[in-house]
Amino acid sequence: MPRDTLTRQIHHLLDEVLLLGSMVEQATLSAMDILRQRDLKAAAILYENDQRINDKRFAIENAILILIATQQPMAHDLRLLAAMLEIITELERMGDYAKGIAKVTLHLKDADINIPNRDLERMANQSVNMLHRGLSAFVNEDPNEASAIAGEDAVVDDLYIRIYRHLVEAMIANPVTIDQYNQVMWVAHNLERMADRVTNICERTVFIATGDMLEMDTTDDEESDGE
Amino acid sequence: MTTQTHENNIIIQASDLSIYYGSFRAVKNVNLDIQRNKITAIIGPSGCGKSTVLRAFNRMNDFVQSAHNDGKILFHGQDIYAPEVDPVQVRQMIGMVFQKPNPFPKSIYENIAWGARINGYKGNMDELVENTLQAAALWDEVKDNLKKSALALSGGQQQRLCIARALAVKPEIILMDEPCSALDPIATLKIEDLMRELSVKYTIIIVTHNMQQAARASDRTAFFTMDEDRAGLMVEYGETSQIFTRPQDKRTEDYITGRFG
Repeated sequence: MPRDTLTRQIHHLLDEVLLLGSMVEQATLSAMDILRQRDLKAAAILYENDQRINDKRFAIENAILILIATQQPMAHDLRLLAAMLEIITELERMGDYAKGIAKVTLHLKDADINIPNRDLERMANQSVNMLHRGLSAFVNEDPNEASAIAGEDAVVDDLYIRIYRHLVEAMIANPVTIDQYNQVMWVAHNLERMADRVTNICERTVFIATGDMLEMDTTDDEESDGE
Repeated sequence: MTTQTHENNIIIQASDLSIYYGSFRAVKNVNLDIQRNKITAIIGPSGCGKSTVLRAFNRMNDFVQSAHNDGKILFHGQDIYAPEVDPVQVRQMIGMVFQKPNPFPKSIYENIAWGARINGYKGNMDELVENTLQAAALWDEVKDNLKKSALALSGGQQQRLCIARALAVKPEIILMDEPCSALDPIATLKIEDLMRELSVKYTIIIVTHNMQQAARASDRTAFFTMDEDRAGLMVEYGETSQIFTRPQDKRTEDYITGRFG
């Protein structure tokens, strides 16, 4: 089978994307632990460590560009590499969301407010779980699994609405806390956006497998992101 | 034969075309519509019959004694192999540029003028020479040396001269059989740019081994391969952008991703 070099380097890049994904999963789950514990020192470290995710993304992007320039991939290979460029951007932004959650912890310090930790953690677990399986579906080029995962975004959206209501009620009950609860709102928002970006990854998986460009999440408004 | 235009934009239509060398079937059941003013690339592995099909389009296979066809090749709806058709006239309207530049061992000027004169051109020869050399993007490089031997030109210039020579007899279609395989990369890109300019007035069909060239230079791409009997066949034909990003047939995919064989 010709093209051993291209095939080998694509496999290496897939490993790198999975590694970047696991860095993002870890950062997200850590950010939630840190928020629950209000561990300001760990929050500051996580905030700084986002740079590692950014560096990894740029290293992968550079390797993909070199591969395109030197190996002239076509058809499936080209779709895979183009999709990878998109996916690493999605992952890097998810890393920013984790960083944003750490920033909220730094902002809240030891403020005495009632954070809906359980629902937020359910959101985080669901989003991270979707990401993990979404990347597996990507590597396995499984469009059916990718479509199924995209459909689970509704769970995250429902939790987001519940948390939103809880926070608005808390703000109305005690307007002095508006600033703090608004910060918590950003946490929920970031987790909700993370799941949307998993959906984007799933769209790319379908594209790699079939060549079709689909919008899976019609409620995704692609709005600006909070950090 | 006439050059009346049809309503549609199909200039050549090959239907159920099979081409034989003696009893060997080199190409089987090709159905291929060539669109006017487009650049159509034919790609595929060696022996898939792509050059054979190209040569059939202007009856060059007539020179191979054992060659014969089944099916039809229509040019503006007319069968170019019909008994009343003059093959010389077919080749005037459907010109060919070959793999290796093959200028006549004469001056640059005579390379253009000779064919036109044979074809009974009665107009202003200086004008024709200048216009065709302009059209082939060679004029600026040779205008002060038209008496110079064509063989003194570089390979890329010789190939553009051969294109100019083909244009001088006012064809509608230019067939190109691996026109850049003997040229360096810069000369190759010049020919590709020239093809793009020429496609405004002419229809171009190019056979190439260079997939990147087909991807860069063509509007539509036909992928050929061969079956277990080594008969060439067309697997897939479509917009170049589709063939190179989303081929529909696994054989096309394997070939253009370099995983053939």
